[in-house]
Parts: sequence; structure tokens; C-alpha cells
Amino acid sequence: MPLLFPLVVSALLFAIGVYGVLARRNAILVLMGVELMLNAVNLNLLAFDAWHRDTLHSGQILALFTITIAAAEIGLGLAIVLLLFRTRRQINLDAVRELADREDTDREDAEVRR
Amino acid sequence: MSTVRVLFVLLGAVAVGSALLVVTTRQIVHAALWLVVTLGALAGCFLLLTAEFVAWVQVLIYVGAVVVLLLFALMLTRAPTRPDPAARTPNAWFAAVVAAAVAGVLVTTLVAGFSGAVIDLDRAEIGGARVTGGAVFSTWVLPFEVLSVLLLAALVGAIVLSRRDVPNRPRDAEAARDTEPARDADDRERSSS
Repeated sequence: MPLLFPLVVSALLFAIGVYGVLARRNAILVLMGVELMLNAVNLNLLAFDAWHRDTLHSGQILALFTITIAAAEIGLGLAIVLLLFRTRRQINLDAVRELADREDTDREDAEVRR
Repeated sequence: MSTVRVLFVLLGAVAVGSALLVVTTRQIVHAALWLVVTLGALAGCFLLLTAEFVAWVQVLIYVGAVVVLLLFALMLTRAPTRPDPAARTPNAWFAAVVAAAVAGVLVTTLVAGFSGAVIDLDRAEIGGARVTGGAVFSTWVLPFEVLSVLLLAALVGAIVLSRRDVPNRPRDAEAARDTEPARDADDRERSSS
């Protein structure tokens, strides 16, 4: 099998994941885009593992480690999303902008303090 | 050999097509279900690349656990089951431009670098449970242990983030102080009457 097949599939999946992260407003859909990117990386690792015929199987083991880290990431990410939903009653990422660097928030804060 | 090639192309097409649906569908719950199709097709690709153990781990953890977690989170955040017109930002065209640029750069680089390379699957060692287990517990045992500590830290972090009754938060303590005298008064009234 040509090495290009898995590599092109993984490059396309990575680009689709980038689109998902940038274009979605729902925080959970953004996390799905991150999962797509991590899976593209896994496919790449396995393709190169099979290509090199690595005796240490570093590609497959690293793919396993990536799956583990993705599981930890999704657990923490969803905990944060649920905390956001509990405090704001919504998970629209365009509406969560307390940390934005804007001048009018400073003014609002000053008014609140007064 | 050619059957493997045809199967890989088909599975890759299914994975890419359903991934496109994951990021473009306006039905939020359907996105999670299309993610199942993508991850299943990718598990098939892993099997064809002789990574048998990784493929089953993919099915177990991604299709079994991660997607269920995502669906639970969608339900807990009251995701609309009807098509949501606000699922995408107004700046999605810019995201599409960036994604197209990423795809173009990656594909041209890969074609320039690896256009003649061929994976010899007939001579490759199948990465079954015995082979993968031997590699994990001999060469890669230290990163494996470090990862278990990372998983423990993530577990503790998720519990801390999702607890409702953390006592030492200043705002909660203030709120408790404000409401407690009132509650005492209520109790006294109720007991006297």
C-alpha cells in the first residue's frame, strides 16, 4: 500500500478538525474537532510505524499514549464545559468573553464599584 | 494486496466524509453520532495498518467511552435536538480558508516528501496484544507509568471541577453567612409555632 494513502487521509482529517475548532460555537462541538485532530495524528503514527517496520513499535505505543491523553483531555474539557454551563447557563463560546481585553469592561467594572 | 488498498481507500473516504459531516451538520446530536462513524472507520484503517491492538483500544475508548461522554455532556447542557442555526460562527468562511490552507500545505508537503514510498504490509509484524504488551512493559514502561499518574491527576481535576460543595470558596462562605441567620430565624419560628 502506498504510504501516501494514510498520510493524505490524516492530513484531510486534521484540516477538518481545524475547521471544526475554528467554526463551531458550541464548546462540545469544538472538543469534537480536537478529537478529530488527535485521531489524524494517530493515523499518521501508525502509518509510519508500519512503513519503518519498527521493532520497538514506537508508533503504535505512541498512538496508545495519544489515546490515553485524549481521554484525559476530554474528561477535563467536559468538566470545564459543565462548570461553564452551571455558571452561565450556556456554552456558546462567542458569549464567554470576560477575559477579553476591552476598554468598556474596565468602565463597567468602575461603575459597578462606584 | 490490492484488496487492502481498495478497503483502505473506502474506509478513508468514509472517515473523511463523516468527519466533514461532524463539523458541518446543524443538528448537534447528529455530530456526535457522525463522530462514531468517523472513529469506527479509522479503527478499520488501523487494522489494515497491522495495528490490531490499537484498533480495538480505539473502539473501546473512543467509540465506547469518549462519544458516550460527549453525548452525556450534550444532554446535560440541554443541547437543542432541532437544527441549531447558531451552531456555526458568522466567521466560518475564515475558518474554511484556514482549514483549506492547512490541508493544502500538508498534502503538498506529504506528496513532495513521500510520493514513492510503499508500506510493505506482508512483512510487517502484526501488532497484536502480545507484541504491543511486550513493547509497553519493556521499552516504554517509564512513559506508561508517567501516563498513569497523568490519568490520576486528570481524574482528580475533573472531580474538583465538577463538585458543587467545595467549602472554602470565599463567595460561598459569604453566601452561607448571609443566609444562615435567616434560616435560624425560620427554624425558631417553626419550632415555636
